[in-house]
Amino acid sequence: MASNCPSSESQRTAQKRLRIIAAHLHKHEDGDSGITARECNADATGSTEENKGTVPRKRQEIMKWNGWGYSDSKFLFNKKGQAEFTGKRYRLSGMTLPSLQDWFENTFGASVKHKSPATPVLNASAVPPPRLNEAFVEDLKATGIPFSNEAEDRVFRAHGHCLHEIFALREGKKFERVPDMVVWPNCHNDVVKIVELACKHNVCLIPYGGGTSVTSALECPPEETRCIVSLDTSQMNRILWIDEKNLVAHVEAGIIGQDLERLLNESGYCTGHEPDSMEFSSLGGWVATRASGMKKNVYGNIEDLVIHIKAVTPRGVMEKSCQGPRMSTGPDIHHFILGSEGTLGVVTEVTMKIRPIPEYLKYGSVVFPNFEAGVACLREVAKQRCAPASIRLMDNKQFHFGHALKPQVSSIFTNFVEGLKTFYITKLKGFDPHQLVVATLLFEGDRERVLQHEKQVYDIAATFGGLAAGEDNGQRGYILTFVIAYLRDLGMDYYVVAESFETSVPWDRVLDLCQNVKERIIRECRERGVQFQPLTSCRVTQTYDSGACIYFYFAFNYRGLADPVHTYEQVEHAAREEILANGGSLSHHHGVGKLRKAWMKDSISNVGVGMLKSIKEYVDPKNIFGNQNLL
Amino acid sequence: MSTVCASCLNILVFLTLQQRDPMLKRDGFEDILEERRNSSDLKYALRCYAPVLYKGVTPCKANMLKNIVLQSDQLHYVVNQVSQESGEAPDIIQEEASVILEEMAHRLQISTVRFFAFALTKAFKTLFQHVCVNEEGIQRLQQAIQEHPVVLLPSHRSYMDFLLMSYILYTYDLALPVIAAGMDFMGMKFVGEMLRMSGAFFIRRSFGGDKLYWAVFSEYVKTMLRNGFAPIEFFLEGTRSRTCKSLTPKLGLLNIVIEPFFKGEVFDVNLVPVSISYERILEESLYARELLGVPKPKESTSGLLKARRILSEDYGSIHVYFGQPVSVRSLAQGKVNRSKYNLFPRHIPRKPMEETQSFVNDTAYRIVRLQEDNMVLKPWVLMASLLLQNLEGLELSVLTEQTLWLRGLALSYAAFLDWPDHAPTAKVVSSSLALHRGLACVSGGRVSLVVGEPLGPVTPEEALFNRAVSVLSCASYRNQVLHVFLRPAMLAVAMHTTASSKKNEVYNCFSFLWNMFSNDFILCPGDTVQDFEEACYLLVKTGAVQMPQQDIEMTDRAVLWTLEFPKVVNKFYSGKLSCRRILSEI
Repeated sequence: MASNCPSSESQRTAQKRLRIIAAHLHKHEDGDSGITARECNADATGSTEENKGTVPRKRQEIMKWNGWGYSDSKFLFNKKGQAEFTGKRYRLSGMTLPSLQDWFENTFGASVKHKSPATPVLNASAVPPPRLNEAFVEDLKATGIPFSNEAEDRVFRAHGHCLHEIFALREGKKFERVPDMVVWPNCHNDVVKIVELACKHNVCLIPYGGGTSVTSALECPPEETRCIVSLDTSQMNRILWIDEKNLVAHVEAGIIGQDLERLLNESGYCTGHEPDSMEFSSLGGWVATRASGMKKNVYGNIEDLVIHIKAVTPRGVMEKSCQGPRMSTGPDIHHFILGSEGTLGVVTEVTMKIRPIPEYLKYGSVVFPNFEAGVACLREVAKQRCAPASIRLMDNKQFHFGHALKPQVSSIFTNFVEGLKTFYITKLKGFDPHQLVVATLLFEGDRERVLQHEKQVYDIAATFGGLAAGEDNGQRGYILTFVIAYLRDLGMDYYVVAESFETSVPWDRVLDLCQNVKERIIRECRERGVQFQPLTSCRVTQTYDSGACIYFYFAFNYRGLADPVHTYEQVEHAAREEILANGGSLSHHHGVGKLRKAWMKDSISNVGVGMLKSIKEYVDPKNIFGNQNLL
Repeated sequence: MSTVCASCLNILVFLTLQQRDPMLKRDGFEDILEERRNSSDLKYALRCYAPVLYKGVTPCKANMLKNIVLQSDQLHYVVNQVSQESGEAPDIIQEEASVILEEMAHRLQISTVRFFAFALTKAFKTLFQHVCVNEEGIQRLQQAIQEHPVVLLPSHRSYMDFLLMSYILYTYDLALPVIAAGMDFMGMKFVGEMLRMSGAFFIRRSFGGDKLYWAVFSEYVKTMLRNGFAPIEFFLEGTRSRTCKSLTPKLGLLNIVIEPFFKGEVFDVNLVPVSISYERILEESLYARELLGVPKPKESTSGLLKARRILSEDYGSIHVYFGQPVSVRSLAQGKVNRSKYNLFPRHIPRKPMEETQSFVNDTAYRIVRLQEDNMVLKPWVLMASLLLQNLEGLELSVLTEQTLWLRGLALSYAAFLDWPDHAPTAKVVSSSLALHRGLACVSGGRVSLVVGEPLGPVTPEEALFNRAVSVLSCASYRNQVLHVFLRPAMLAVAMHTTASSKKNEVYNCFSFLWNMFSNDFILCPGDTVQDFEEACYLLVKTGAVQMPQQDIEMTDRAVLWTLEFPKVVNKFYSGKLSCRRILSEI
């Protein structure tokens, strides 16, 4: 996987200079007054021309309306009973996965013969008619900002990707409350206008970025009687300028992760911020939920990456006056917005750190005899502060899961080599295949240092009984991350519901927390009449000086249950209580939304809640941003 | 109190009674000696023994266990702390810890267990008619051992208790427990070591301020618990009850075994109350003498050998009832907020929080009550109660008649009575008298207490002493039934004392008695109202009391026997008063 960027030094500098100049010119055109000018143009022509981003206004044109990701990419069991992944977008696309069916049937007690298909198309009659605020609509029309009140657009923005949300869509359930209209601002000033109008006409605004929320954050409060407007930022997706002197880029907050990286890559840069949802989640969403990226060990989490935030609130625009790298100016106002989950306003523009694309990239993996040894190794790596860009420890269940996703190998030789590897690990080294776990690694940087770094990490691993298990295993671990959400849709086609949740916890409690939460889930499932053994699996996905982030997968076969979603929710609730009782946090990066609101008081104390409330009261006294998240 | 609707409470009490005391759900017993009498003891002692352990862990060698303890963060922390306070080098303190652990630790060996299995079988067969165990309880225990760390909490009436427990677990192929034993046993040459090799670990009776000792001890117990190496067994009552009355529980060890749950180190801990009831207690007269001030004979091997003579007597049967495992997790639900443990490093020892303390205290009382509930009562227990009410003796026919009446009453109060099926009452009474001929005798149709040994001239002091021994021995049998009648009896006293039918006045008096007796009987802290309602419910149920609206009245039927109750309670009451008088005179 090594990749070099061959280009002669002089060429590079020349290109760089050109870019800088171009950027400067851009700035003159687009900066401050410039932006307004451009917008006025857009307004004047009433142009509905869309930007070049991946996400169109009509999301449903390329994405599933009732599942994860692109419409053309999905898992299915073909006529031979073999699993395959359709489409052309991913490394797994077009491949058959011969072991998935066995794994699936054995793990869940499910059968490919028992299908639970989804409703094929949205039933428009199940969507409540829009309650429009006529005066607002009139004023909005005058601004020329595009909007829609079509059922499909509205429903698409009425949910995130929680299990209960997707399940309801698949079942074709009647919707209680969806946004009454969707607006697509094109830039910061459009947002300013929309917010002003919303305040003027007392309309409820719900910002919508990538729509990947898993905390019920996008759900419309059913008790909201005002007109609800979904403010879709997807068209605000430009990089406004890149400042190579200070290594920062100024970006519109609606840009989604893959576009941001692609565009920056064109200039030789990256942000290095890669949450698992980065294909679809947006910069503004990251800020609003305190997102965390896979490579945070090198680049930091979103709060470390952000230099400047521009946010539009009912009180006006909030931003800092300079881009100093650190300030002692009272509590950091960025932190009022970071994690505010759309309750205070809309993030419109963000200045964030960028880095040159790393010269060299290398995956790796280590097999440990058991989870305890793996955790001990990660703890040591954290202690020595030598964590690679990413280091993740998958438990035994996930290891097997990963194996079930191995594509068909054509060559006998590869098969033979695989067999040898297995023999070596399980027979010669005495690893129990039902105990062993695997850590996946990703190193970045210049080649020499990567190799050096790699050696250091493998040496530490060896002291905990870890054996290097190759780049391939490592890479497969990361692929799993991107396809897991697609796999949930496959499960739901066959009576299996699944969800993931996360927490962060001090090092000394990692093992106990994992074990107790798994046990709690199994026990709760049993008590609630789930007739099949649930799958509970976890991985340590991030390491910190004083603790780790843990990610759980939880799935079960729901045949025989009257209300699987309710059962699922009860179990998840119990699991969260168990996490909290074991010293885990309410959330590491998913956020609170409406799903975990009930625990906020216990998590941050009454005074803490009071502080947040008082901010909300000052910033948004009329509760224009009325998604009811967080508090 | 008065704000709560009485009828609601009644239902509540009824429900909790049913929950706590599902009379119909009590298991039946199997006699484990029966098979022993019909097959080879040696074969039994040498048979294959392969118990299942917690989540299939492999058993941990005693030495490995010691190493885990000595290298634990918990111990290191205290070692460093003590070293800083005392100025000694940490190595020296660590060495001290190692010595303490050496003195404490068990060295369970299957060969010793097999020896005991052999020897005890021989002894049990001569001493006892039956050793009865509820097999369903054993099955529940087996299940529990596989799922969670288990703590066995037997009642403590005799030295036999812990040998008996291990014997039973061995018989049923269950994991052998490690048992917390007092240091006194260690003094016994050879026997101390034998006990150690059969799973006992020894703790000093008092080590209040000794931080290091406490750290070694608690870490030793917790290590065994966390890893589920073996069920842990100890006596909540702390010591053998000399009076057969349950003693108020000691909390130290219970705190230790519950803490790993609060700290999230284990998913749950199962507490299994075990009720061991002896028809005749081996130490019967020894206890009475001890109570009269004759010092307890020091545990010694020669003493044990001398005690051989007890082998020639008939001690009736033993009933061992393994109660429903109690999940600490379910008990703590809504009572203890575990996340309070999040803000303090888990390896630093810390006084339990108030919330935890009261939870542990409450749990301890509840477990002792569960022990009481499942104590098997023999007819003699009822007879002893009646004899004590009539110290000058009574007609055999009257005794028989009253025993039968008391039986009915006890049964309606859900006593766990082991009454022979299909036997005429007269026969039951006479065989009980025969077994306890050392305490009561029949002469000329009258039953009375045996007063001392009939042989030889006695001084008046000796006569008095002997009589006291009989009375106290008898009382210890009567005490076995106290928990059945305690609550209704207190209510009856309260009603007599207040001579009022106002429910709240009666309650106030009841509450006064309840508080006064809270150290004498097992009254769960905070349960005053519930106990009151339970008492009302029972008295109403047996037709002794009527409760129209806010009133409480005695019925005509009640007069006969609600008068008997106060006598029992009054004995304790006047006992208390005279103690106080004596104390004030001093």
